[in-house]
Amino acid sequence: MTQAAEPPPRRARPDPTFAGTPPFPEAAKAALANEQLRANLGRATATIRTKRAAVVAERSDWEALRLAGAAIKDEVLRDLPALLDQLERAVTAAGGIVHWARDAAEANAIVTGIVRASGASEVVKVKSMATQEIELNEALRQEGIDVWETDLAEMIVQLGHDLPSHILVPAIHRNRTEIRDIFIDEMGRVGRPAPAGLSNEPAELAEAARLHLREKFLRARVAVSGANFAVADTGTVVVLESEGNGRMCLTLPDVLITVMGIEKLVPTWRDLEVFLQLLPRSSTAERMNPYTSIWTGVTPGDGPQAFHLILLDNGRTDVLSDSVGRQALRCIRCSACLNVCPVYERTGGQAYGSVYPGPIGAILTPQLRGIAKHPVDKQTASLPFASSLCGACFDVCPVRIDIPEVLVHLRGQAVRQSEATHRIPTAEAIGMRAAAWTLRTPRRLSLAERAAGLAGRVFARRGMLRRIPGPGPVGAWFRARDLKAPARESFRAWWRRTKGGSEE
Amino acid sequence: MRVALFITCYNDLMYPEVGRAIVRLLRRLGHDVDFPAEQTCCGQMHFNSGYQDACIPLVQSFVDAFADSDVVVTPSGSCASMVRRYHPLVAELAAEQGIDAGLSKKVAAVSPRVFELTEFLVDILGVTDVGARFPHTVAFHPTCHSTRLLGVGDRPTRLLAAVDGLTLVDLPRSEACCGFGGTFAVKNADTSVAMGLDKVDDVLGSGAEVLTAGDTSCLMHIGGLLSRRRSPVRVMHLAEILAETGIGVDARADA
Repeated sequence: MTQAAEPPPRRARPDPTFAGTPPFPEAAKAALANEQLRANLGRATATIRTKRAAVVAERSDWEALRLAGAAIKDEVLRDLPALLDQLERAVTAAGGIVHWARDAAEANAIVTGIVRASGASEVVKVKSMATQEIELNEALRQEGIDVWETDLAEMIVQLGHDLPSHILVPAIHRNRTEIRDIFIDEMGRVGRPAPAGLSNEPAELAEAARLHLREKFLRARVAVSGANFAVADTGTVVVLESEGNGRMCLTLPDVLITVMGIEKLVPTWRDLEVFLQLLPRSSTAERMNPYTSIWTGVTPGDGPQAFHLILLDNGRTDVLSDSVGRQALRCIRCSACLNVCPVYERTGGQAYGSVYPGPIGAILTPQLRGIAKHPVDKQTASLPFASSLCGACFDVCPVRIDIPEVLVHLRGQAVRQSEATHRIPTAEAIGMRAAAWTLRTPRRLSLAERAAGLAGRVFARRGMLRRIPGPGPVGAWFRARDLKAPARESFRAWWRRTKGGSEE
Repeated sequence: MRVALFITCYNDLMYPEVGRAIVRLLRRLGHDVDFPAEQTCCGQMHFNSGYQDACIPLVQSFVDAFADSDVVVTPSGSCASMVRRYHPLVAELAAEQGIDAGLSKKVAAVSPRVFELTEFLVDILGVTDVGARFPHTVAFHPTCHSTRLLGVGDRPTRLLAAVDGLTLVDLPRSEACCGFGGTFAVKNADTSVAMGLDKVDDVLGSGAEVLTAGDTSCLMHIGGLLSRRRSPVRVMHLAEILAETGIGVDARADA
């Protein structure tokens, strides 16, 4: 391994976190006003949607694969304790060291301890959702350890002091020109500067990234990765990627630390057959991803000589205890649901205030933050409502997570918490309870319909209600939409008056 | 056949002309139509907004109202999917909470007999040409719940294609959600409107005079945006088009 002559310069600005993101409607409003963001996202999601549909259509057995994927993951969730024990034994037997972390703080402390013990002052990282979830980068930097993201999009986010907005392509909200500007401004602060005269051509941008990263790959002694899958019976860990940066990190350094959520297991080697077909087609719309790195413990004289596997709970066993919500733990982080989501397409990922955006984030984040167990903050409680329940996410999910079903389930939990914590009911709760009371009998409904019909006659012009100001749902509707006025005579009143239309 | 109509609460209140159109259509096809007066609402708004417990009495009323009906037809893919897919879940909740242990059995008896209009016409009656005449250019928006939850597929467009004089134009990105989404339309109004305006652009680009769908709720949202833009494009429920014969007083009296 080569050693750098000088330590890299420290970054000047702290990186942002999702803390302080307002509730979804507010965050979405700000995102919707950003036309550059709308254009970047609209273009990117439309492209990946079309490509995914094409490669999925090639497989006549796609539905069978989805069913198999869901069944294998359900088996994992059912037998999780035994499978995790089996994995630990297999990894240990192959020369790896297994650590258990109840939460983010424990996981971060374990990683920090391993890096310190190695004597290194920096780590290179393979793209990993689990380490973003626990905010490992921030934790390491606080301990004076530099962290270098090596996935291209992740590096763009890191260099730009930005937040990720997509599971697979965290810089999806950026276009080529924005990326060039970030490279020119930021690369030199943390290593090899961008080449002079850099254009926004993809090949030039990729070359700039390659040159910038190469010195970090060659210098690094510790790498941190996540895991796409871990095979319980062999102790094998699997990482899928497209750029080869992962392969560099997983083979060059002396010490490899892998942080994986406890649900990332598959029982046997053969189960990979299903997921290695489902994942690339769903996520990058490729028949096969360019790099699949597979390792079992350590191999003397080849690759990292120390391998640490950190098994992360961080709220997952709470999710597991919810019979409806637990299907979210089948997720293989493909991001197909983001790409088809009409809400995500317009607001982007940062509005969700979590490293897990989009439909899967709307069901995973509130659960990981404990919505089933204790009251959650307003931002978290707003996430299950960030959906029109159109169902496009369920259609594309490779492990058949019924996201709309879980959203509605979590809305119930959010409402029960709100009702339990508000001594005076909210306006919404009063309205919904009053509506339910009215709808309970046809008599009450008829009276309400007569009143609405009269109101409609007073306020409507040519049958339409226009621009009615007001707080809450009324104002929210009329800001951009008219509304057909309630009918002068309801259907049931007409039916009664005309004896089913026979006396009209 | 004696057909019970489940008119749905918002059609009852806001769009009674849709119910009257179904009555005309089914009678023209030679069937008896009944409106069980005890019906109110399927409970979808409460179910989808997190007030699942408030649905229990609504589902109880629903199964009582339609207990004696052989077949129930509704002009809403969304409400039909609520009944067929989620009433069993509400009944489970009622049993869990010790409110009504017998509701599941009643739901299992009633909900499979509930059909969205196009399912009923094409699958149960076996007709695609209902004898309608509507000489206009029409775009069809396949609503999310009728396509993704119910799977009505091409039944609506087969019915429309058989309407005399009707020109069906292609709606670009037709499968994209219009952004209504029940209380989503007001809880996340900005996002809902952004989605709706994209739909409006596609509708205007299609060259249609009339936009139709199997759910008035989505049409209320898209129509509200069209109206705000002072667009001459009209929204009409599928039933209204299928009921038109071009003779007499078919056209909506109070439109």
